[in-house]
Amino acid sequence: MKVYRTARTAMTALRRNPMRALLTTLGIVIGVGAVIAMMEIGTGSSAAIQKTIATMGANVLLILPGTAASGGVSFGAGSVTTLTPQDGEAILRDSPAVRNVAPIVRARTQVVYGNRNWVPQQMTGTTPEFLDIRDWASLAEGDAFTERDVLNANKVCLIGRTLARELFQGESPIGREIRVKNVSFRVVGVLSAKGANMMGSDQDDILLTPWTTLKYRVTGSTLSNPNQSAASSTGSSVNTLNKLYPGSAPELYPKQSETQAANTPLPVRFANIDQLLAAARSPEEIPAAIQQITEILRERHRIRTGEPDDFTIRDMTEMTNTLTSTTRLMTNLLLCVAMISLVVGGVGIMNIMLVSVTERTREIGLRMAVGARARDILRQFLVEAVVLCLVGGAAGILLGHGGSRLVELLLRWPVATSLPAIAAAVLVSASVGIIFGFYPAWKASRLDPIDALRYE
Amino acid sequence: MELIELHDICKTYHLGDIAVPVLKGVSLKIARGEMVALMGASGSGKSTLMNILGCLDRPTSGEYWLDGRDVSTLSADERAQVRNHSFGFVFQNFNLLPRTSALENVAMPLSYTAGHLSERQARNQARKVLEQVGLTDRLNHEPSQLSGGQQQRVAIARALVNNPPLIFADEPTGNLDSRTSEDVLDMFEQLNGRDGITIIIVTHDALVARHARRVIHIHDGLIVEGAYAAGIEAAPRPSDPASPAAELGGGG
Repeated sequence: MKVYRTARTAMTALRRNPMRALLTTLGIVIGVGAVIAMMEIGTGSSAAIQKTIATMGANVLLILPGTAASGGVSFGAGSVTTLTPQDGEAILRDSPAVRNVAPIVRARTQVVYGNRNWVPQQMTGTTPEFLDIRDWASLAEGDAFTERDVLNANKVCLIGRTLARELFQGESPIGREIRVKNVSFRVVGVLSAKGANMMGSDQDDILLTPWTTLKYRVTGSTLSNPNQSAASSTGSSVNTLNKLYPGSAPELYPKQSETQAANTPLPVRFANIDQLLAAARSPEEIPAAIQQITEILRERHRIRTGEPDDFTIRDMTEMTNTLTSTTRLMTNLLLCVAMISLVVGGVGIMNIMLVSVTERTREIGLRMAVGARARDILRQFLVEAVVLCLVGGAAGILLGHGGSRLVELLLRWPVATSLPAIAAAVLVSASVGIIFGFYPAWKASRLDPIDALRYE
Repeated sequence: MELIELHDICKTYHLGDIAVPVLKGVSLKIARGEMVALMGASGSGKSTLMNILGCLDRPTSGEYWLDGRDVSTLSADERAQVRNHSFGFVFQNFNLLPRTSALENVAMPLSYTAGHLSERQARNQARKVLEQVGLTDRLNHEPSQLSGGQQQRVAIARALVNNPPLIFADEPTGNLDSRTSEDVLDMFEQLNGRDGITIIIVTHDALVARHARRVIHIHDGLIVEGAYAAGIEAAPRPSDPASPAAELGGGG
């Protein structure tokens, strides 16, 4: 007996009592619908939460330079500058768990445009990769600066929303020149709004430039004195002792003025940077990334085994873990409830199939009399149950999917179509059909044709 | 060679500890192309004999040779195959599938062994036998839309669909009025005469048995052939209600 014909026989048998078939499948429809809706809503919220965490920088690792200590007194993280851009390149090249690396040079000073001024909370010199790492690639206006800008230390910058509002008050900042410590920067783009971070500080109050520009044209120094406003006010560029006691060796060449020096930076060979920002490929790979970075940096910095690291790595794994595990717990909980309703639906199918076997005893006897073997009868009833469950499953998938879309539309909850969930639903409904359809089918196949034919 | 040969068939049912012998050594030969009536009062064992003949049941002892093959020891699946290939069954209460068209009802047995037939061929075959029983215009009617005689003719078509050499009819006219009974029995005679199909009719009605060329009487699990049978052959036409044979036949 061919599969197609068995399925067709089952369909014919079911069509003889459509109302009952409908009510029987209802359990499965609701069960599968619940599973699909739960999975989609669960996956959606999970994805949304992960995305939120990602915009806060969940995958981001912050590599800080080490600590200087003198006579047992530590000066805290970043008091020695040990990181170089080459460290960053080496990490990106040698660590498979790291997606991207950006060097960071920080400064804090006044920004002036026209008759307005503002001191942004963050003035960060970096590379275009920074935007990728911080999930900030979409700009509100304009374009990001490029690698070429970094190599040439071009005077271009990206500004955050808050800074744009404070300086430009609604007019477009693109192409305007702003001044940072008397260096004029052209605004090439405005970052999209990101809002406050977990600690409540405004992430949009930011100015991004190529790190070379910030380091060589603006600060000329490192994190050890990040507040350039303060540094310039003390004015240490003139060594009064030299004026008092002129040096014995006369200068061969006229000294460069500060402006000349700033305009022609020396080729970068070895430059310290304040921080490295690295992004792991996924939250799961953060521990691997930390380990790989540690190995690479220890080797590059020639630290012997047993000696302490001259850098610190910070991550946000704890936050990510907490949030994803909460979501997973929720999804599993809802899945359990949905599974219970599936089992209830399966029991309903078994119930109705048993009734159907009793009711169709004569039919079974007749089929056996005309030559159906026990296994033909078993298969027929099993296929009927599976067809019921699969049709119910398909209806359930539509119902669940429609339900989750409705939730998305009406409640604005994030949902995500989950293909594994659909596959699982089909698999589960088929197995429910087989498991709960087997007993009635087995019972039918065990009937004696003589008794079955005589059954009233 | 005979189509059916029974040697000393016994069948004993066990009700708890009590053994109830129903058939007590039945030997019988039925040739190809015969039309046989199996008569007996209820409880005489005629249904049991027919179940054994129809391979629905197995004898407790004895041999059953069907077309030169011993079928008394076959397994349930093998017997199902024999039933499908060699037998057609017609029942007293028609046993048609409810809410299923006549065509589908007739095609149903084909789905169990005729895997080589396509859906289309199966339907054609079913249509052909329905035409044979004169139901060309009722192909898509469901049993509830057919009269008793028409339902029985659908059942006969279903029995014919596998081209079996042998048809068992268990009280085929039990639920029909006398006029449609005659129609149905005429059809059996026609199938027997024209197509050479061996027909075995189980009945307790002497009027039905009259259509058969040979009557086998069963009494208390034994075959009583000869005197009784001869009596029936010689009996007057059914118009005579006082006939002793008719009384005897109707006593079941």
